[in-house]
Order: sequence, then C-alpha cells, then structure tokens
Amino acid sequence: MKALCWEGTNKLAVQDVPDPRLLNLQDIIVRVTRTVTCGSDLHLIGGYIPFMKSGDVLGHEFIGEVVEVGTEVRKHKVGDRVVVCSFISCGQCWYCTNGLYSACDNGNTNPGITDVMWGATPGGVFGYSHAMGGFAGSHAEYIRVPYADVGAFAVPDGVSDDRALFASDSAPTGWMGADLGGVKPGDVVAVWGAGAVGQMASRAAMLLGAERVITIDRYDYRLQMTEQYIGSETLNYERTDVGAELRERTGGRGPDVCIEAVGMEAHSPGPQFAYDQIKQQLRLQSDRPSAVREAIYNCRKGGSVFILGVFGGFVDKFPLGAMMNKGLTVRGAQQHGQRYIPMLLERMQRGELVTEHLATHQMPLDEGPEGYRIFKEKVDGCVRSVFVP
Amino acid sequence: MNWITRGVTVAAVTAGGVVVRRVLTTRRRGHWPTDKQVGAVGAAAKDEPPRWYVVTVNMQLDEVMPAGQLPEPLAELGDAIEVQVRPAPGDKGTELAARLTDGEPSGVGGAVARLTGADPRQDVRSALRKAKQLLETGEVLSAHSPPTAKSTLLNKPLELAIDRSAGEGRL
Repeated sequence: MKALCWEGTNKLAVQDVPDPRLLNLQDIIVRVTRTVTCGSDLHLIGGYIPFMKSGDVLGHEFIGEVVEVGTEVRKHKVGDRVVVCSFISCGQCWYCTNGLYSACDNGNTNPGITDVMWGATPGGVFGYSHAMGGFAGSHAEYIRVPYADVGAFAVPDGVSDDRALFASDSAPTGWMGADLGGVKPGDVVAVWGAGAVGQMASRAAMLLGAERVITIDRYDYRLQMTEQYIGSETLNYERTDVGAELRERTGGRGPDVCIEAVGMEAHSPGPQFAYDQIKQQLRLQSDRPSAVREAIYNCRKGGSVFILGVFGGFVDKFPLGAMMNKGLTVRGAQQHGQRYIPMLLERMQRGELVTEHLATHQMPLDEGPEGYRIFKEKVDGCVRSVFVP
Repeated sequence: MNWITRGVTVAAVTAGGVVVRRVLTTRRRGHWPTDKQVGAVGAAAKDEPPRWYVVTVNMQLDEVMPAGQLPEPLAELGDAIEVQVRPAPGDKGTELAARLTDGEPSGVGGAVARLTGADPRQDVRSALRKAKQLLETGEVLSAHSPPTAKSTLLNKPLELAIDRSAGEGRL
C-alpha cells in the first residue's frame, strides 16, 4: 500500500510499504478515508523528537471504514464508518478506568524509552515515533487499530467525514484543555494558538459557559477564521501588547483560565524567540516554551493554566516564581480522547461544533510532502492539510 | 510500614499455594517494600537483597492470583524469582512484586548483560508487564509488524533501545 513516510529530518516521501494485518484479537484494520496533518507532526519531521526511523509512517488524526475485525472486537463490524482516537489505550488499566486514557499503562509497546525520558510511560500513539510505541501512522491507505472497542467510534449519520475527522484529535484535545482547565460559566479564557486545537479549545470554552474567550496568534487569516467560525475575540500578538490587552479586557485581573495550544516550536515577539531558538538548535533546551511563559505570566492570581501543546523534554526560563507566587494551577496532558469523543460527535451532529473550515487544503496522499510544506510554512491560508488516500 | 508488610504475607497466605511457598521459603531476609537501613551506602549496600520490581494490576487480589497461582508469564520464571502481592491503597487494584532470588548483575558485567539482553532483571520487568497486560486486557499488545522502517547504521542505537525496551525502564 501507499504511505507517507518520514525519511529523515525534514524529508518526507510517499512509499510502498507492507499492508498492516491483525496482530491482536482486539484489532481492526481501517481503510483510511481522511487523514490530516497536525502541528505536533512537525516536531517529529524536524527531528526534535529523536525516536524516528527512516520509513516510519506518519499521521495520527484520521477517519475511515472498517475492513477487518479481530475475533474479540464487539463494537465494530466490517463496513462501519469510524473515527479513531489518536491515542492507543487499553480501557482496562486504572488510568483508563479513571478517564486518563492518554496515561494508559498498556498502550505503548516501548515502555523502556518513555520510562527513562519522563519517569513513566503514557499510552501509544499512531505514527508518533518509537517513543510512543512505534505504531504505523494513518497517512496510508490502511491502518491497524489496536484496542478497537476502546479507541474507535462509529460516526453518526449526518456527520460528514470532513467534520468527524477532527473528532480524532483536535476537538477532544481542545475540549480537554477547557474541561480540565476548569472553565466554568462567567470565566474569561485566553487561548494561545489559533490552529485547529486552539480553535477547538476556544469553542469548548464557549460551550462550557465562558463569558469571554480571547484567542491569540500572529496569523491574521487564522484569527479571522477563529472569529468567523468559532466566535471568540482575537488578538494578534505581533501588533499589540497581549498582556496589556488581557488586563484591559479582564478588569485588570487577567484571564481566569489560560490554555496553551502551541507546543515546543513556539514563536514569540522580541529577543525571547531568538534566545529560545538558538538554545534549541544547540540542544541546550529541547523545547521552546514561550507561549507557556506568556500563559503563566498573564493568568490571574489563583487561576488555571492548561498546557495542550506538545512538549518532549526540557525548557529554560520557566516562570516558576510567577506560578508559585500567584498560586496558579498548572496542568497538562496528551488528549484523553476516549472520554470526550462520543459527546463531541453528538455535538457535531447537532451543529454545535463545526470543524470543516479547518481543512483548508485537501489533496491525494501522493501530494503529502507538499501538504506538509504549506502546512509548516503557513502559506496559502493553510490551517490543516487533509489527505485522501 | 511493618504492619503493611505483614499484611502482604497474610494476603499471600490467603491466596495460598505457590505464593505462600515462595514467600516463606525465601532464603533472603526482608520484606517488600525492602526494609533497607537508612543511610546504607558503599559496601554495606552490597549486602542488601535485590530490589523489588512492582506493577499495579487494576483487579482484585484473588483475580490476579486465582487459587494462589502466579499469572503467566511470571510463573515461567520459576524459582528464579520470589513474588509478593498486596492490595493497592485507594482501590487501585493489586500490587504485584517480584525480585530475583539469586541477586542481580552489577558493574561491567551488568552493563554488558543489559546491552546484550542477558540481564535477568529484563526478564522480570518484561514478565511483570506482560502479566499485567494479560490480566487486564486478555492479551499482550503486539508492536507494529511488518515494519515499514529500514534498518540503517544511524538508527542502530534506537533499534537497540526498542529491542531492550520491554525489559528496561523504571519499573
């Protein structure tokens, strides 16, 4: 079958690779009908996460049709249209049964790597390096889905592929940021990043009753899209003093909840960016945390900061003093998607959550390398490139 | 901590069979968690019994060891290990602990054993993880196969890390 493979730092190619097959009794094989780029893929492609092998298939956010079913699969049958959570979680360990699916004990087949990196091992992820299990990704014609009864969800009638696709990762990730960030009616919420996850976090905050939601980015086309489709207020950090604006809009308090949806390759105005980039290139820090710093610095006293952006290792100049002296709650997680996806599909069916606008570019899988180029360089108004294998 | 440790023994006794024998006939002193001397360093530390490796299984104790039988593949390690179990606090399931009966490799020999995959600690970690998965999910999750990646000189270290991963880590 055809698949979009990582071939080395910043090198992608469509290759012929072996078809996946059922390996466990709880597996299904899915024919991928839509699969989409994600900002966190750029960390893998750019070599920031050094656990990739040449030939690894990328992609973790996808939808498709069930074509093979393991003997212990109960919920799905051949022909079902399913959206699949990007995280591979068993559904049975203590973490899964407590809704912390991305912390699953059993979903990662390479626990020795992440145990050493992070002190414990999270679940596995499709197409997300050998640190996260080495599972083949979704930028392919077919994909094996382990623990299918836990991670795959039938798409309701009336929800298009283009909408349901984002229930795989962007929508549940964004929802989790607002939910576990503690957004409640009357809150003012600031979201750093107007990509797909940031937009979904903003929408989730609105649906959870936030009084005001302010989305921050530097690309006008993304901010305009956010205003049009999500309905939040926006700020362009290259043209305004974000801190001053947030204080003005919150009666001098600062946002109650700050959600970071940017990750380890964050940009920022001023000398901070050059400082972080040089240190990252010299491998003196693995991640650029400027949006995290901003979120912590601008959050109101006693407020909550949720880190949705993906980070891999260590950061410099973490504002521990601001966090401690303001009494903040700082939390982060990879997405516990299985906990949110059924509810999100219902909201998509009711029209409360729209996502089609995020798919600014759609193309065949053969054009995957070009799709990632425009996605990475943010040209031609790209928010997400969707591949149709 | 002592009463907890005794609790372990009681729990093991009620579970019966193999576990009772292993616990009561162990040639080494000390219970799990290890009752190390505070401040034991240097030569004194060498006399300490091997460390316990522990997983928490999200099941009740009698489900983890029905009729006192050790779960597979832990049971396959036979007399090479001793095993203890106890209920986890906070309704988190059952803590399943194992350690090597004949000590652990150390020094250069230990490092070589780890690299070559001949370190018995790797067998214990791997068996504990697999036992937990079998109990909780009914099967051991397979890594992706057939592989799509190519083997190159550059990724040899990563391949070694992947090969050893099931038996390494902080467990």
